[in-house]
Amino acid sequence: MDWMAWTWPTAIFFIVIACTLITFTFLAIKFPETPRRGVLGMETTRGDRLFITLLGSAFLNLAWLGIVGANQPYALIVCLVYAVAVFRWV
Amino acid sequence: MNKTVNQKAWFLVLPVLLLVAFSAVIPLMTVVNYSVQDTFGQNQFFWAGLEWFEEMLDSDRMWTALGRQLMFSGIILAIEVPLGIFVALNMPKSGFWSSFCLVLMSLPLLIPWNVVGTIWQIFGRVDIGLLGHTLDALGISYNYTQDTIAAWATIVVMDVWHWTSLVALLAFAGLKSIPDAYYQAAKIDQASRWAVFRFIELPKMAGVLMIAILLRFMDSFMIYTEPFVVTGGGPGNATTLLSIDLVKMALGQFDLGPAAAFSLMYFLVILLISWVFYTVMTTIDAKEG
Repeated sequence: MDWMAWTWPTAIFFIVIACTLITFTFLAIKFPETPRRGVLGMETTRGDRLFITLLGSAFLNLAWLGIVGANQPYALIVCLVYAVAVFRWV
Repeated sequence: MNKTVNQKAWFLVLPVLLLVAFSAVIPLMTVVNYSVQDTFGQNQFFWAGLEWFEEMLDSDRMWTALGRQLMFSGIILAIEVPLGIFVALNMPKSGFWSSFCLVLMSLPLLIPWNVVGTIWQIFGRVDIGLLGHTLDALGISYNYTQDTIAAWATIVVMDVWHWTSLVALLAFAGLKSIPDAYYQAAKIDQASRWAVFRFIELPKMAGVLMIAILLRFMDSFMIYTEPFVVTGGGPGNATTLLSIDLVKMALGQFDLGPAAAFSLMYFLVILLISWVFYTVMTTIDAKEG
């Protein structure tokens, strides 16, 4: 694993993503759902909404870094608000 | 009708997942690791945090490369889409010549990228290339190794030559799916050629054109081999598109950290476009099915 140059922060980052994916996989199996149509006008499932959340969060973090440039952890609060909005309305 | 989604079928793709893990996911994870560290080689790394991302977001070099990239994608789309539609409209609809045209159109698509680059590299040379020599003989100054406009013209024309067929073939497929009744109705109404195109052909082609535009945008956004072979990013940095710049940074300068941060941002943009592409495709499928 040395060649992959692991660090704790990146490891935690991937562990969190892996755990989220596993949780959502189990949720999808335990509680099957019907896709619904939200504000984007397209059908989404929970998995789709998770993808939109994760991808959007990446862009939000970059935007925060580029525009605000300090206190990066606060960007996560914005992402959390974004996530709630996506899961509620998309 | 609302069907419940059964996600258990996803377990069937586990073997593919394993394969993709080794070919894409693990290398990508390594890139993430590199992006937060600095290295001077010999597998020794030093923690750098978000420094490289900050540096890349502030770097003129990346933004100008992105600007060039968007300009390139914009120009080739503006040429290839109308040209592809025009070609498709003028292709014979059936019979021997239709098949002949289809085979002829697919030929450029079968040629490997580096070969396309080499063909145009030689074709455009003033000393031995047919295009370069002819232009020179006509008194037109053309030298893609020294002149920015010539270099841009060469890579744009090369891409148009290579990929217009794809748009044309997709548009042709769209046209073929229009039932004759539509044209008959148009004839009864004495619709003009333009009206037939505007109200019958274009709406019926909208789906495949959307696919063509997204495919071409995504592909041109990631283009590397052809411009690299022809101009190598020059003259100066005039045709240094995103991927060429990335390779220069990662392999030429061995700046692994900044290059990793750069490629992650590049990847996110591609991922976003791919997602839009996928969503549009499934929406079209749902509409038609």
